[in-house]
Order: sequence, then C-alpha cells, then structure tokens
Amino acid sequence: MYAKHLKRAGSLLLYDNSSCMRGSCKLSDLVTNPLQKKTVQSESQARLTQREGKLSLRTIIMLLSSLCVVSITLAVMLGPVKIEPFTVWKIALSHIPYIGDFIEPDWSKSQENIIWTIRFPRVLLGAVAGAGLALAGAVIQALLRNPLADPYILGVSSGASVAATTIIIFGGFQIFGQYALSIGAFLGAIVSIVIVYILAQVSGRINSSRLLLSGVAVSMVLSSITNYIVLSAPKEQGMRDAMFWMMGSFSGGKWEHLMIPAIVVAAGLTFLLFQYRALNALLMGEETAKTLGINTDSLRKILIIVISLLTGVIVAVCGSIGFIGLMIPHISRFLIGSDHRRVLPVSALLGALLMIWADVGARLVLAPQEVPVGIITSICGGPFFIWLLRRGNNSLGGGNK
Amino acid sequence: MSVQVESVCFQIGQTSIIQDVSIRVAAKQFVGIVGPNGSGKSTLLKMIYRILQPDMGRVIFDNQDVFQLPVRTIFQKMAVVSQEAVQDFDFSVQEVVLMGRTPHKRMFQSDTDEDHFIVEQALSRVDMGVYKDRSFTSLSGGEKQRVLIARALAQQAEIIVLDEPTNHLDIRHQLQLMDLVKTLKVTVISALHDLNLASTYCDYLYVMNKGQIACAGTPVEVMKPEILREVFGVETEIITHPVTKKPHITFLSHCSLKLAPAVGGG
Repeated sequence: MYAKHLKRAGSLLLYDNSSCMRGSCKLSDLVTNPLQKKTVQSESQARLTQREGKLSLRTIIMLLSSLCVVSITLAVMLGPVKIEPFTVWKIALSHIPYIGDFIEPDWSKSQENIIWTIRFPRVLLGAVAGAGLALAGAVIQALLRNPLADPYILGVSSGASVAATTIIIFGGFQIFGQYALSIGAFLGAIVSIVIVYILAQVSGRINSSRLLLSGVAVSMVLSSITNYIVLSAPKEQGMRDAMFWMMGSFSGGKWEHLMIPAIVVAAGLTFLLFQYRALNALLMGEETAKTLGINTDSLRKILIIVISLLTGVIVAVCGSIGFIGLMIPHISRFLIGSDHRRVLPVSALLGALLMIWADVGARLVLAPQEVPVGIITSICGGPFFIWLLRRGNNSLGGGNK
Repeated sequence: MSVQVESVCFQIGQTSIIQDVSIRVAAKQFVGIVGPNGSGKSTLLKMIYRILQPDMGRVIFDNQDVFQLPVRTIFQKMAVVSQEAVQDFDFSVQEVVLMGRTPHKRMFQSDTDEDHFIVEQALSRVDMGVYKDRSFTSLSGGEKQRVLIARALAQQAEIIVLDEPTNHLDIRHQLQLMDLVKTLKVTVISALHDLNLASTYCDYLYVMNKGQIACAGTPVEVMKPEILREVFGVETEIITHPVTKKPHITFLSHCSLKLAPAVGGG
C-alpha cells in the first residue's frame, strides 16, 4: 500500500515538473509544493528504513544462528535413546580443552558414545553440507544468471557418482582404506568438472551458456554410465548401497569426515563475502559487470573453482543431495532481496538449518530404518518451492509489486 | 575528460565491421553517433568502453591508451548505459544505483555513509528518490533508464556512454531522458536512432555507414537531404525549426511523394 502511494506521488511529481517547465500552468506549482514536501519527508523516512535494513540483516543472522544452535541441540537429542539438552552441551563442552576440565561428568559412557561419536558429527556434517550447497547454489545462479542452476550443474555429482558406484559395487582404491569412497568420489567430481570446463571454453574464455550446456551434456553421459554400473552390479546389496549413496546420506558422518568440508565451507563463505559486489554486478549482466570495472573472465574462473571445491568435498562425504542448492538461494532472495552481501550468509544459515531437520526426518520417519536425506529434501522442498513461486513477488522477475 | 578514437578497425572472422574510424570528443561535449542498423555504432561504442579490443588503431582517454590503463581506473571515470538486458533477478532501485560505486571500491571496503549519500544524490538528480526501495524489474522502461543514469552518476563518471538510450521509450520519456542527460554537465557519447533527437541535443554528430564515418560535423552541417539519402536511403526535407533553431527533418515516404503533386495541383 505504502509503495503504491509513493509511486502515485512520484509519478504525479514528474507530471507536475514537466508542466512547470513548460510554464503552462500556475495551478500545478501549487500542487507541486505539498508533494515536494512529501518527497523530502519520505526521503528522511527512507534513510530511517535503510538503517533498519542494516539492523535487520544483523537481526536475521542472529536469529538464524540461534535457530541453528537450537536445532543442532534438538537434532542431537532426538533418536532412539533420549538425552537431555543440558547433557548434550555438557558432553560437547567437556571435549573442548580447558573448558572441559570444569565439567563434571554425570552421564553414562554409552550416552557419551552416542552423543559424541555418532550424533554430533552427523548433525554437524548435515549443517556444513547444507550451508555449503546453499552457498554454491547462490553463486552458480549468479555466475550463469540462471535461476534454475544448481551446484551440480557443472557435473560434480554425476562425476562423483560414477566413481562412487564403481567403488561400492566393484571395489577399488583399497589403499585409502575407509576413505576410498570419499577420495574416489572427489576425484570423479574433479575429472568431470575439468571436462565441462574445457568444453565451455571458447578461445580461452568461459562462455556462460556453453558452461551450462556442457554441464548438462556431461552430466547426462555420466549418469547413464552410473546407471549402467548400478544395473550390472553382481549383488543386490551393492545395488542398494549405490542407490542409497546417490540419494545422499549423513549416516557415515564421523569427525574425520567433518574437518575438510567445514574448512572449505568456512573459507568459501569468507572468500565469497569479499566478492559480493562482483557477484551483484554479474547478476546484472556480463557487460554491465565489465563496465563496473570487474574482470569477469578471471572472476568466472575463480568462482568455478570455488563452486567445484564446495560441492566436490560435500558430495565426496555425503553423496549428492538435491534441491537444497537450488531452493535455498531463492528462499533467501525472497526474504532479503538479491544483494549478495545478504544472500550469502543468509543462504548458508538457512541451508544448514534445513539440512539439519531434513536429516532428522531421514532418521526418524521410518525408524529404525533410514531414508536417504535427498528424498526428504526433495519431497518437502518441491511443494514449498512451488508455493513460493506461485506467491508472485519472488526473486525471479515478473513479480508485479 | 576527452576521448579520442584513432583509426580503429574491427573484424569478426573475415567480415570487417569497422574500418578506419576516428572520432574526437572534447570534455563536456555531447557527441552523437547516428547511422542505419548494422552500420557499426554499437561496435564502435563497445570499443570505446573497452568491451572489444580494436584489431588496429587505439582508443585514447586523456592521452592514455585504454588498454594500458587499469580497468578500475577507466570505469571510475566512464559510465556506460547500454541497451536494457533481460532481468531474471531482482534488485531494489537503491541497490542498482549502489553498484555504481563498485569501481571505487577495493575488495575489503564496505559501503560508507558517503556512498549512500552519493547514491541518494544521484537518485534525486534523476527524480527517482521516492523509488529507492522499489524493485528494479517493476519499473517502466523510462524509469529503468533513469535509474541506470543515476547509477552512472553514482559512478561519478566524467564521461557517459549511451547506446540508444531512448529505445523502447515513448516520446515524453525520450525527451525527459535527453533533457536529463543534457543537464548533467559531463562528456556524453551516445548512439542515437532518432535523427531529430540527435539534431536537437547533440553538439557534434558522426554519421556512420557500413563501418565507416560517412561525415561529421554540427547538426546543421550534417543534416542535409543528400547525406541522409546516401546513408539512410530516404528522402527528407530539412528546415530550420522556428522555435528550436535546429535542423528539423521530415521524412518523405513514397506515399506522401505521390500525394504531394496531387495536393499542389488541386
């Protein structure tokens, strides 16, 4: 309503100015004056809302961060063995050097085992993966200027899948022991990205639409290979395991798996936050970005590397989890607009939050059996996304406010 | 800030798009580039704003080759308003104008109060102050162009390059936009479709045809029926307009030429 009112005032003002310039009507001067006062007022109001805007970003981040902490606590508590929230944090804090000395253990060995070695790393891995995928999604959408792009569009997940299914079904990479699957998947992801990257080059430059198309083409070829490998699995169990891996899961989450993704996601977020102006400019179009003094050629290469690293390390540990990377950036833009200074941190937090709960769902829906978390994200995410689109004023153009 | 284009050539594959074009723009001058579709206007502008590198020749800003200057330095001084791109993502008007500060910022710098002040000033200069929180995609074509001009102002550019800025605008918004640009007191290089707008607003005109400069001069020198016939292939009648004192072009279509003797004879 307010915006409509302003618009009317604004357009009236324009009319009046132009008629004043022609000096055709004195009455219009009288009309202009009160309106101009209104403009001054609304400008000072706008200055206020701007300050509120800054505040609200901080508020949103604080709110989302505390929601994350609460969610992590709840997610660790929930499960076949019920555990009190205080116990959760006491056990967690007791593992931190120095602080841990002041906490008296009043929990059983099995509780500690469940909390510290099974549930905590799993929940945190979910949070890290969610944050990383959402970040990568936001960046790839800006890079390709395509609202339908997701982090797997560069072929990361299909490359990883070929390697992972081969290892699950036929074995291989035994020298890496328990890390064989992760390392194999990561190598597969890197190989497919390199192929996509080479295909997307036109005389030394990366072309956005070729990047998109070669990503889709390479993904298609690699997924057929994956399907063939799965179908030719000698044992039923291997087939099931491979399918389970492809739909993503945190069930194998251990502290050792958490380290690399956590570092990469934290470093990625920090780096991208420094690039927020460039990302904004890129969203306005390649030429615009260039005329704002941004070296788009090198920026694009750097961003591809960042996205590949983010998705590569996540896919390697938890398989390919769909929808988070596509959906979360849109939800963020819907909440706080397209400015990447806001989109990046909010996406990361929302991604973490959603993934924590999706994983809780994956554990509990069919307990004691587990559902691949990718199924949960798609089943819940799909309808929500459709609802968001149908609401009209979204970050995808065409919303008429 | 002056701009000099020294005999540039540009080819795509075997096709020559621009051949041996030289132009000279003095500080605070309003220079128009006119010509039929495909005459190379946009390509020439793209070389001026450094998107394309000429195969031969140089583009010089204040005695320095643009390809030897750091990119950020150039765009601290030059702003570009090109033809409107299709927008899939939405920014607020204020955010779009704030992007004009990009070339002035290093990676670790955040927006200061000064930046916001500059943005506010720019918006009020184009009369869009009240629109600052509106979404950019919801604006009309004319309003969008005004916001992009505000972005150029926030860039604190001494030279603004415009590529057919009045495309898709109705006549009132065309005049409004040109009036606005004229009052900015900066160097302006603009490709223009409308010859009457060009003749009304420009201090100096370059007429391009088939990738070359067909002729150059003030509107009075350039707007001649024989030149327009050769370049655009149209018949025109040109008068000095009694109010504006500028050349005014009337295009004579084949229909009106057929009708004219009948009216005269009757």
